[in-house]
Amino acid sequence: MIDFLQMIASGIAVGSSYALMGLAMVIIYKTSEVVNFAQGEMALLSVFLTYMGLEYYHIPYYIAFPGALAFAVFLGCFLEFAVLRRAKEPNVLGMIIITIGLEMILLGFVSWKFGADPKTMPFPVSPYDSVMIGEVFVSALEVLTFVVALTVMVILFLFLRYSKLGVAMKATQQNYTAARLMGIKTNRILMITWGISSLVGCVAGLLIAPVTMQPYMMWDPMLKGFAAAVMGGMTSLPGSVFGAYIIGIIENLFGGYVSIEFKSVVAFMIIVLVLCFKPSGLFARHYVKKV
Amino acid sequence: MDMKRNYYEDVQLFSSGVVVFWFSVLIVALGVYPFVVKNYYVYMANYMAINIIVAIGLNLLVGYTGQISLGHAGFFAIGAYGTVILMAKVHLPFLVALPLASLVAALFGFLLGLPALRLEGPYLSIATLGFGLTITQVIGRISLFGGRQGLHTPELTIGPWHLTTDRDFYFLLITITVLLTITARNIVKTKVGRAFIAIRDADIAAETMGVNLLYYKTLAFAVSAFYTGIAGGLYAFVLRFIEPEMFSLLMSIIFLAMVVVGGLGSILGSIAGACLLSWLDLELRNILSIPYLGEWLEALSKSYFSITGVSNIQFIIYGLIMVMIMLFEPLGIYGFWIRTKIYWKTWPF
Repeated sequence: MIDFLQMIASGIAVGSSYALMGLAMVIIYKTSEVVNFAQGEMALLSVFLTYMGLEYYHIPYYIAFPGALAFAVFLGCFLEFAVLRRAKEPNVLGMIIITIGLEMILLGFVSWKFGADPKTMPFPVSPYDSVMIGEVFVSALEVLTFVVALTVMVILFLFLRYSKLGVAMKATQQNYTAARLMGIKTNRILMITWGISSLVGCVAGLLIAPVTMQPYMMWDPMLKGFAAAVMGGMTSLPGSVFGAYIIGIIENLFGGYVSIEFKSVVAFMIIVLVLCFKPSGLFARHYVKKV
Repeated sequence: MDMKRNYYEDVQLFSSGVVVFWFSVLIVALGVYPFVVKNYYVYMANYMAINIIVAIGLNLLVGYTGQISLGHAGFFAIGAYGTVILMAKVHLPFLVALPLASLVAALFGFLLGLPALRLEGPYLSIATLGFGLTITQVIGRISLFGGRQGLHTPELTIGPWHLTTDRDFYFLLITITVLLTITARNIVKTKVGRAFIAIRDADIAAETMGVNLLYYKTLAFAVSAFYTGIAGGLYAFVLRFIEPEMFSLLMSIIFLAMVVVGGLGSILGSIAGACLLSWLDLELRNILSIPYLGEWLEALSKSYFSITGVSNIQFIIYGLIMVMIMLFEPLGIYGFWIRTKIYWKTWPF
C-alpha cells in the first residue's frame, strides 16, 4: 500500500511538470492553432542562460530566476513577431514545420554553446532532501514543483477569467475577425500569448533542470505535455492538466508494477487508445465540420 | 502548353520526345556516375537514393493525402530490422527478404492508418509520433533484434553476384529507386492518386463523391510505409550495421523536413529535397574544412561559444532552411522551380 501511495505521489510530482508544458502548448494552440514543437527548446534556452548567469557570473537567485522568466517572455514574443507572423498562407502542417525548425535552431544553439555533457543546476531547493507526508517520502523539489504548478494554474485561471487582457485573449480564440472588429489588436494578443506560453514553459524547465540538465532534457517533458494536452482535447486548459496527472500517475504505476523498461512509451499507448474512442480528446467540445 | 486533350495524355509517362531524350540521358549519367567519381561520392549517392525513396513515400502520405506523420522512423526501423533478421535468422535471399520486410512495414502502416481515419492535425501527429517512439523502444528491448548492441548485416549476395563495395550496391539501389519513382508517379497520376488528392483537399466532400475513405486512407499509410520499409532495408546495407538508437524522433523529423523543403505534393520536389538535405547532412559534418567559411566559423566558435568545436551546427542550418523555406516559398524547391520555369517561358515579356 505504501508502495502504491509512493508511486502515486511521484506520479503527481512528474505530472506537475507535464501539466505546465501541456498548459503552455494549449495556450498557443487555442489562440493560433499552431502546435508549438519549439516549446521545450524555448524553455531550454532560458534555463541554460540562467545556468550561465548563476554559474559563471554568480548572479544571486533572486535576480536570476525573475530574469529568466522575463527573458522567456521576451523570447516568446520575439519568435512570434519575427517568425510566426511572417508566414505566408499558413496551414497546420506548415506551422508545425516552422516550429520544428525553430526547435532545431534553438537546440543546435544550446548544444553548440554549452556542449552535450550533463550539468548540475545550482538551485535553492535540493532534489535530494526528502519530506515525509504521512508515510510517503517526497523530495523537497517535488513538493515545490507541485506547489508552483498549482499556483501557475490558479493565476492562469484568474488571469483568463477576470483580467481585461485575458478576456481579450479569449475573444481572439473564439472569433478572430469579430475580435478584430471590436477593436482588439489581435496581432498583439497573439504575441502576448506566445510570451505567456513561453513563461509557463520556462517555469517547467527551471523545475526540471535540478534533476537532469543537458540539451535534450526538455524532449521528454514536452512530448508528454503535448500528449497530455492532446488527451485533454488540445483546447481545454483543465483537460490538459487532468491528462498530465493521469499520464504521470499511470506511467509511475506501470513502471512499478508491470515493466520499468516500457515506462516511457506507455503514455503514448494510452493516448492512441483514448484517441481511438474519443478522437478529439476527453474534454474537447464536439463540433461539426463543414465541407 | 500544358493542355491535355484526352485521358491517355494525362497518364502517359513521357509527354514528348524531349522528355524521353532527357530521361535516357539521366539513366546513362546515373550508370556512368560511379566510374568517374571517388568512392566517397558513390557512398553519398547511395545515401541520397535511400532518402529519395523515403521522401517519395512520405510525400504520398503527407503531400498527396494530407495526413501528417511523425513516425516514419518506425517504418524505416521495421524495414531495416525485418530485412536483416529475415536474411540472418531465416536465411531468405535478399530479394525475398526486402519485399517481405517492407510488407510487414506496410501492415503496420495499415494498422496505424486505422486510428488515422478519425484523427487529424495535432491528434494524428501525436499518434504517429507515439508509434515511432514505441517501435524504437520495443526493438531495443527484444534480444532477437540484438537489443541495444545492434546488429551487423549479413553478406549481400544476389544470385551469382556478390555485392561487397559501395559501387556494386549503387547499381542495385539506383535500379530500385528509379523503379519506385516511376511507380509513385503512376500512382499519383491514376485513380488512386486522384482519390488521395481528393481526400487531402476535402475528405468529407471526397466521401460524398464516392471515394472510400477507409480504403484509400489506409492504403496511403500502407504504401507510404512500404516505401519507407524498402528504404530501411537498403539503408541497413549501406551502413552495414544497425542499432535502435538511430531510428529516433529526429530521423522522422528530418524525413518530414525533406518532403516539406522539396515541396509538398510533388515527386520532383521530394527528390530535390532529399538530395539537398542528405548532401547537407554529409557535408556539414566537416564544415570546418571548407575554406574561409570554416576558419571564420572556428574563430567565432572559439571566441564566443565553446572550445570543443562546432559539433551540432547542422541542426541550426537545418532549422534555418526549414523556417526560411516555409516563410518565403511555402511550396519548397518545387515551387521555386515552377516560378523560374514560368518566368523564363515568357521572357522577355
